[in-house]
Amino acid sequence: MKRLFLFIPVVIAVVLGVFLYAGIGKDPNKLESARIGQPVPAFELADLNDPGRQLTPDIFLGQVSLLNVWGTWCPACRDEHGDLVWLAEEKGIPIIGLNYKDNRNLALRWLQDLGDPYQVSLFDPQGRLGFDLGVYGAPETYIVDKKGMIRYRHVGVVNEKVWREDLEPRIRRYQEEG
Amino acid sequence: MHRSLVRLLMVLALGFAAPLALASGGDDVYPLDTDADRERFQTLIKELRCPKCQNQNIADSDAPIATDMRNEVYRMVQDGAPNEEVVSALVDRFGEFVRYKPGFDSRTALLWLMPLIVVLIGVSVVASIVIRSRNNPEDGGSLSDEQRRQAEAILRDKP
Repeated sequence: MKRLFLFIPVVIAVVLGVFLYAGIGKDPNKLESARIGQPVPAFELADLNDPGRQLTPDIFLGQVSLLNVWGTWCPACRDEHGDLVWLAEEKGIPIIGLNYKDNRNLALRWLQDLGDPYQVSLFDPQGRLGFDLGVYGAPETYIVDKKGMIRYRHVGVVNEKVWREDLEPRIRRYQEEG
Repeated sequence: MHRSLVRLLMVLALGFAAPLALASGGDDVYPLDTDADRERFQTLIKELRCPKCQNQNIADSDAPIATDMRNEVYRMVQDGAPNEEVVSALVDRFGEFVRYKPGFDSRTALLWLMPLIVVLIGVSVVASIVIRSRNNPEDGGSLSDEQRRQAEAILRDKP
């Protein structure tokens, strides 16, 4: 019996080892979204391209889409922009843009210069919708299903790898749902 | 000698006074009517964590998102929302992460109960040692009577 007690340090070391090993490589900046499984928060925002047109969450209904949060002040958004254009044009993925805390003229020039991958662009200069979504760092990209429910959030740049590994399989799955 | 000591004390006092002055000046950015509300606001923004610059509360953080969160807390405190409502409004958006004091549920049970568990383990270890030593009070028990006599003889012989 006493002999068994001698193994206690080994047991503690193994347990700690497993626990710590599981944490290696995890990015502590990636937070789970509190909005997963909930509808897109209510909003009424102007169209970026057409200030007179008011948009509501109805734009999400009937299709599985990406909701991409961006701003001209965000360098990483420039990084991913080419890939968003590629997704929209080559893959035919509907992308809703949320222009977050930005200036309309700068945003429009950006879309003119770099291409416009967005089916619809929401203009949110105060960041109200961004705040309700829990956006804590642009760019962020959400998958919204046909019923307008938020299903997944990706924080950071979207590129081919992220598309292939994280977004595409999920989008395919949600598209097959009723 | 005496004068330099006084001077030193004055400098020290200034050093303590300056941050106080700054802290009270900070209230003007978020003017509130009653002391109770001011205190509530300060407590809340100290208990909420900034999701962008982690390990800072939203009172200390300069990140734009922390400013947004402070503004929201301010708006809700002004409207007289109870503390739990303010916290849950932010948790609904940003997740449990923003609470420095997480609520008690199945995921945080281990976190909250750990101090109790550690104390119980400690108490049981101490208790088992005490009980064991009580069960054989003469803990020179490993010596035979013969050895004990020898030991006593050696101790007596010592000059």
